Amino acid sequence: MLSVTSLLAGVVFGLGIIGSGMVNPAIVLAFLDITGDWDTALLWVMGGAVTVGSIAFALAKKRKQSFLGSSMQIPAVTKIDSRLLAGSFMFGVGWGIAGICPGPALVLIGTGSNDAVIFLVAMLAGMGIYQITQDHS
Amino acid sequence: MSINYDLIPWHAAAGGVTIGIAVALLLLFNGRIAGISGIVGGLCRMQKGDISWRIAFICGLILSVVVWKSFFALPLIQIETSHVMLVLAGLLVGYGTRFGSGCTSGHGVCGISRHSPRSIAATAVFMLTGFATVYLIRHVF
Repeated sequence: MLSVTSLLAGVVFGLGIIGSGMVNPAIVLAFLDITGDWDTALLWVMGGAVTVGSIAFALAKKRKQSFLGSSMQIPAVTKIDSRLLAGSFMFGVGWGIAGICPGPALVLIGTGSNDAVIFLVAMLAGMGIYQITQDHS
Repeated sequence: MSINYDLIPWHAAAGGVTIGIAVALLLLFNGRIAGISGIVGGLCRMQKGDISWRIAFICGLILSVVVWKSFFALPLIQIETSHVMLVLAGLLVGYGTRFGSGCTSGHGVCGISRHSPRSIAATAVFMLTGFATVYLIRHVF
Protein backbone atom coordinates (compact mmCIF):
# COMPACT_ATOMS: atom_id res chain seq x y z
CA MET A 1 0.00 0.00 0.00
CA LEU A 2 2.88 2.34 0.81
CA SER A 3 4.17 1.80 -2.72
CA VAL A 4 0.76 2.57 -4.22
CA THR A 5 0.45 5.92 -2.46
CA SER A 6 4.09 6.65 -3.27
CA LEU A 7 3.50 5.90 -6.97
CA LEU A 8 0.45 8.17 -6.90
CA ALA A 9 2.42 10.95 -5.18
CA GLY A 10 5.14 10.58 -7.84
CA VAL A 11 2.62 10.88 -10.68
CA VAL A 12 0.96 13.94 -9.09
CA PHE A 13 4.38 15.52 -8.44
CA GLY A 14 5.35 14.95 -12.08
CA LEU A 15 2.07 16.42 -13.35
CA GLY A 16 2.85 19.52 -11.28
CA ILE A 17 6.33 19.76 -12.80
CA ILE A 18 4.91 19.45 -16.33
CA GLY A 19 1.89 21.71 -15.78
CA SER A 20 3.94 24.44 -14.12
CA GLY A 21 6.29 24.52 -17.11
CA MET A 22 9.30 23.59 -14.95
CA VAL A 23 9.89 20.47 -17.05
CA ASN A 24 11.41 22.86 -19.60
CA PRO A 25 14.98 23.74 -18.51
CA ALA A 26 14.81 26.95 -20.58
CA ILE A 27 12.07 28.30 -18.27
CA VAL A 28 14.12 27.43 -15.17
CA LEU A 29 17.17 29.17 -16.66
CA ALA A 30 15.00 32.20 -17.49
CA PHE A 31 14.17 32.40 -13.76
CA LEU A 32 17.83 32.15 -12.82
CA ASP A 33 18.72 34.89 -15.33
CA ILE A 34 17.80 37.81 -13.06
CA THR A 35 19.73 40.41 -15.03
CA GLY A 36 18.27 39.21 -18.35
CA ASP A 37 14.61 38.90 -19.36
CA TRP A 38 13.61 37.64 -15.90
CA ASP A 39 10.82 35.04 -15.82
CA THR A 40 9.33 34.80 -12.31
CA ALA A 41 7.31 31.62 -13.00
CA LEU A 42 9.44 29.45 -10.70
CA LEU A 43 8.61 31.72 -7.75
CA TRP A 44 4.90 31.15 -8.39
CA VAL A 45 5.49 27.40 -8.50
CA MET A 46 7.31 27.58 -5.15
CA GLY A 47 4.57 29.80 -3.71
CA GLY A 48 1.81 27.39 -4.74
CA ALA A 49 3.71 24.34 -3.50
CA VAL A 50 4.70 25.90 -0.17
CA THR A 51 1.13 27.10 0.48
CA VAL A 52 -0.23 23.55 0.26
CA GLY A 53 2.93 22.08 1.79
CA SER A 54 2.64 24.28 4.90
CA ILE A 55 -0.85 22.96 5.59
CA ALA A 56 0.38 19.38 5.11
CA PHE A 57 3.31 19.82 7.53
CA ALA A 58 1.08 21.54 10.10
CA LEU A 59 -1.21 18.47 9.97
CA ALA A 60 1.77 16.08 10.03
CA LYS A 61 3.23 17.70 13.14
CA LYS A 62 0.23 16.58 15.18
CA ARG A 63 0.58 12.96 14.08
CA LYS A 64 2.77 10.16 15.42
CA GLN A 65 1.97 7.89 12.49
CA SER A 66 0.97 8.34 8.87
CA PHE A 67 -2.54 7.44 7.65
CA LEU A 68 -1.11 4.05 6.65
CA GLY A 69 0.51 3.49 10.05
CA SER A 70 4.14 4.12 9.07
CA SER A 71 6.36 6.35 11.20
CA MET A 72 6.59 10.06 10.39
CA GLN A 73 10.15 10.57 9.18
CA ILE A 74 10.67 14.31 9.31
CA PRO A 75 14.29 15.52 9.57
CA ALA A 76 15.30 16.57 13.06
CA VAL A 77 18.66 18.13 12.17
CA THR A 78 18.70 21.87 12.72
CA LYS A 79 22.37 22.79 12.46
CA ILE A 80 23.40 24.97 9.51
CA ASP A 81 26.85 23.54 8.83
CA SER A 82 29.48 23.86 6.13
CA ARG A 83 28.38 20.61 4.48
CA LEU A 84 24.88 21.98 3.92
CA LEU A 85 26.19 25.22 2.47
CA ALA A 86 28.95 23.65 0.33
CA GLY A 87 26.60 20.98 -1.05
CA SER A 88 23.95 23.58 -1.85
CA PHE A 89 26.62 25.72 -3.52
CA MET A 90 27.66 22.82 -5.79
CA PHE A 91 24.03 22.03 -6.57
CA GLY A 92 23.40 25.70 -7.43
CA VAL A 93 26.28 25.74 -9.92
CA GLY A 94 25.03 22.56 -11.64
CA TRP A 95 21.44 23.86 -11.63
CA GLY A 96 22.63 27.14 -13.17
CA ILE A 97 24.53 25.33 -15.93
CA ALA A 98 21.69 23.12 -17.18
CA GLY A 99 18.48 24.40 -15.54
CA ILE A 100 17.70 20.84 -14.44
CA CYS A 101 17.23 19.61 -10.85
CA PRO A 102 16.52 16.01 -9.77
CA GLY A 103 12.70 16.06 -10.09
CA PRO A 104 12.49 17.46 -13.61
CA ALA A 105 15.45 15.23 -14.61
CA LEU A 106 13.31 12.14 -13.97
CA VAL A 107 10.22 13.63 -15.63
CA LEU A 108 12.36 14.51 -18.67
CA ILE A 109 13.36 10.83 -18.92
CA GLY A 110 9.66 10.11 -19.50
CA THR A 111 9.63 12.51 -22.44
CA GLY A 112 12.30 10.43 -24.18
CA SER A 113 14.90 13.18 -24.24
CA ASN A 114 18.44 11.89 -24.96
CA ASP A 115 19.95 14.98 -23.32
CA ALA A 116 18.02 14.13 -20.15
CA VAL A 117 19.51 10.63 -20.16
CA ILE A 118 23.02 12.15 -20.30
CA PHE A 119 22.18 14.47 -17.40
CA LEU A 120 20.55 11.72 -15.33
CA VAL A 121 23.43 9.26 -15.76
CA ALA A 122 25.88 12.00 -14.67
CA MET A 123 23.62 12.91 -11.73
CA LEU A 124 23.46 9.28 -10.57
CA ALA A 125 27.24 9.07 -10.97
CA GLY A 126 27.58 12.17 -8.78
CA MET A 127 25.38 10.54 -6.14
CA GLY A 128 27.44 7.35 -6.46
CA ILE A 129 30.70 9.25 -5.96
CA TYR A 130 29.20 10.80 -2.83
CA GLN A 131 28.16 7.39 -1.55
CA ILE A 132 31.62 5.89 -2.13
CA THR A 133 33.57 8.81 -0.67
CA GLN A 134 31.41 9.54 2.37
CA ASP A 135 31.54 7.40 5.47
CA HIS A 136 28.08 6.82 6.88
CA SER A 137 29.12 5.29 10.14
CA MET B 1 -4.15 50.03 -6.42
CA SER B 2 -5.34 47.44 -8.91
CA ILE B 3 -3.64 44.17 -9.67
CA ASN B 4 -3.15 43.16 -13.28
CA TYR B 5 -4.21 39.53 -13.10
CA ASP B 6 -3.03 38.94 -16.68
CA LEU B 7 0.56 39.20 -15.47
CA ILE B 8 0.20 36.34 -13.00
CA PRO B 9 1.40 33.00 -14.44
CA TRP B 10 -1.60 30.98 -13.24
CA HIS B 11 -0.41 27.72 -14.79
CA ALA B 12 2.81 28.02 -12.77
CA ALA B 13 0.91 28.62 -9.52
CA ALA B 14 -1.50 25.76 -10.32
CA GLY B 15 1.45 23.46 -11.07
CA GLY B 16 2.94 24.51 -7.74
CA VAL B 17 -0.28 23.67 -5.91
CA THR B 18 -0.22 20.26 -7.64
CA ILE B 19 3.34 19.69 -6.41
CA GLY B 20 2.15 20.70 -2.92
CA ILE B 21 -0.63 18.08 -3.10
CA ALA B 22 1.99 15.42 -4.00
CA VAL B 23 4.09 16.53 -1.00
CA ALA B 24 0.99 16.23 1.21
CA LEU B 25 0.18 12.73 -0.14
CA LEU B 26 3.64 11.32 0.50
CA LEU B 27 3.88 13.02 3.90
CA LEU B 28 0.47 12.09 5.29
CA PHE B 29 0.18 8.57 3.81
CA ASN B 30 3.83 7.46 3.90
CA GLY B 31 5.28 9.78 6.55
CA ARG B 32 8.00 10.75 4.09
CA ILE B 33 9.50 13.96 2.77
CA ALA B 34 9.11 14.37 -1.00
CA GLY B 35 12.73 15.31 -1.61
CA ILE B 36 13.72 13.81 -4.94
CA SER B 37 17.48 13.71 -4.38
CA GLY B 38 16.94 12.02 -1.01
CA ILE B 39 14.46 9.50 -2.44
CA VAL B 40 16.87 8.55 -5.27
CA GLY B 41 20.03 8.70 -3.15
CA GLY B 42 18.47 6.62 -0.38
CA LEU B 43 18.37 3.67 -2.79
CA CYS B 44 22.15 3.32 -2.36
CA ARG B 45 21.68 2.21 1.24
CA MET B 46 19.71 -0.89 0.09
CA GLN B 47 17.84 -1.15 3.40
CA LYS B 48 15.16 -3.83 3.47
CA GLY B 49 11.64 -2.36 3.41
CA ASP B 50 13.00 1.00 2.31
CA ILE B 51 13.35 0.34 -1.40
CA SER B 52 9.96 -0.26 -3.04
CA TRP B 53 8.34 3.06 -2.08
CA ARG B 54 11.35 4.90 -3.49
CA ILE B 55 11.21 3.02 -6.79
CA ALA B 56 7.43 3.52 -6.94
CA PHE B 57 7.83 7.30 -6.50
CA ILE B 58 10.52 7.47 -9.19
CA CYS B 59 8.35 5.41 -11.58
CA GLY B 60 5.48 7.78 -10.82
CA LEU B 61 7.56 10.80 -11.81
CA ILE B 62 8.53 9.17 -15.13
CA LEU B 63 4.99 7.86 -15.79
CA SER B 64 3.47 11.28 -15.15
CA VAL B 65 4.47 12.13 -18.72
CA VAL B 66 2.24 9.30 -20.04
CA VAL B 67 -0.64 10.46 -17.84
CA TRP B 68 -0.19 14.08 -18.94
CA LYS B 69 -0.07 13.07 -22.63
CA SER B 70 -3.38 11.24 -22.38
CA PHE B 71 -5.06 14.58 -21.61
CA PHE B 72 -2.88 17.35 -23.03
CA ALA B 73 0.02 17.95 -25.40
CA LEU B 74 3.43 18.13 -23.75
CA PRO B 75 4.76 21.67 -23.35
CA LEU B 76 7.81 22.76 -25.32
CA ILE B 77 11.05 21.37 -23.93
CA GLN B 78 14.30 23.15 -24.79
CA ILE B 79 17.67 21.79 -23.66
CA GLU B 80 20.39 23.91 -25.23
CA THR B 81 23.25 22.88 -22.94
CA SER B 82 26.12 20.98 -24.62
CA HIS B 83 26.67 17.34 -23.73
CA VAL B 84 29.92 18.09 -21.91
CA MET B 85 28.23 20.75 -19.79
CA LEU B 86 25.23 18.46 -19.15
CA VAL B 87 27.65 15.88 -17.72
CA LEU B 88 29.34 18.50 -15.54
CA ALA B 89 25.97 19.85 -14.39
CA GLY B 90 24.67 16.35 -13.62
CA LEU B 91 27.74 15.47 -11.55
CA LEU B 92 27.44 18.71 -9.55
CA VAL B 93 23.69 18.28 -9.01
CA GLY B 94 24.09 14.63 -7.96
CA TYR B 95 27.04 15.13 -5.64
CA GLY B 96 25.94 18.53 -4.33
CA THR B 97 22.38 17.52 -3.44
CA ARG B 98 23.62 14.47 -1.50
CA PHE B 99 26.38 16.44 0.23
CA GLY B 100 23.94 19.24 1.10
CA SER B 101 21.12 16.81 2.00
CA GLY B 102 18.56 18.13 -0.45
CA CYS B 103 17.46 19.87 -3.63
CA THR B 104 14.68 22.15 -4.88
CA SER B 105 12.00 19.76 -3.59
CA GLY B 106 13.46 18.59 -0.26
CA HIS B 107 14.91 21.92 0.88
CA GLY B 108 13.02 24.32 -1.40
CA VAL B 109 9.45 23.04 -1.16
CA CYS B 110 9.32 20.72 1.88
CA GLY B 111 11.91 22.53 4.00
CA ILE B 112 10.34 25.96 3.56
CA SER B 113 6.87 24.44 4.16
CA ARG B 114 8.01 23.19 7.56
CA HIS B 115 9.87 26.46 8.27
CA SER B 116 13.27 24.73 8.66
CA PRO B 117 16.03 27.37 9.01
CA ARG B 118 18.47 24.80 7.59
CA SER B 119 16.44 24.36 4.42
CA ILE B 120 15.81 28.08 4.07
CA ALA B 121 19.60 28.62 4.23
CA ALA B 122 20.21 25.85 1.69
CA THR B 123 17.57 27.26 -0.67
CA ALA B 124 19.06 30.75 -0.41
CA VAL B 125 22.51 29.35 -1.24
CA PHE B 126 21.52 27.29 -4.28
CA MET B 127 19.31 30.05 -5.67
CA LEU B 128 21.97 32.72 -5.28
CA THR B 129 24.59 30.35 -6.73
CA GLY B 130 22.21 29.55 -9.61
CA PHE B 131 21.72 33.29 -10.28
CA ALA B 132 25.49 33.84 -10.24
CA THR B 133 26.19 30.86 -12.51
CA VAL B 134 23.66 31.94 -15.14
CA TYR B 135 24.94 35.51 -14.92
CA LEU B 136 28.52 34.36 -15.55
CA ILE B 137 27.56 32.00 -18.41
CA ARG B 138 25.17 34.40 -20.20
CA HIS B 139 26.54 37.84 -19.50
CA VAL B 140 30.26 37.53 -18.76
CA PHE B 141 31.82 34.70 -20.74
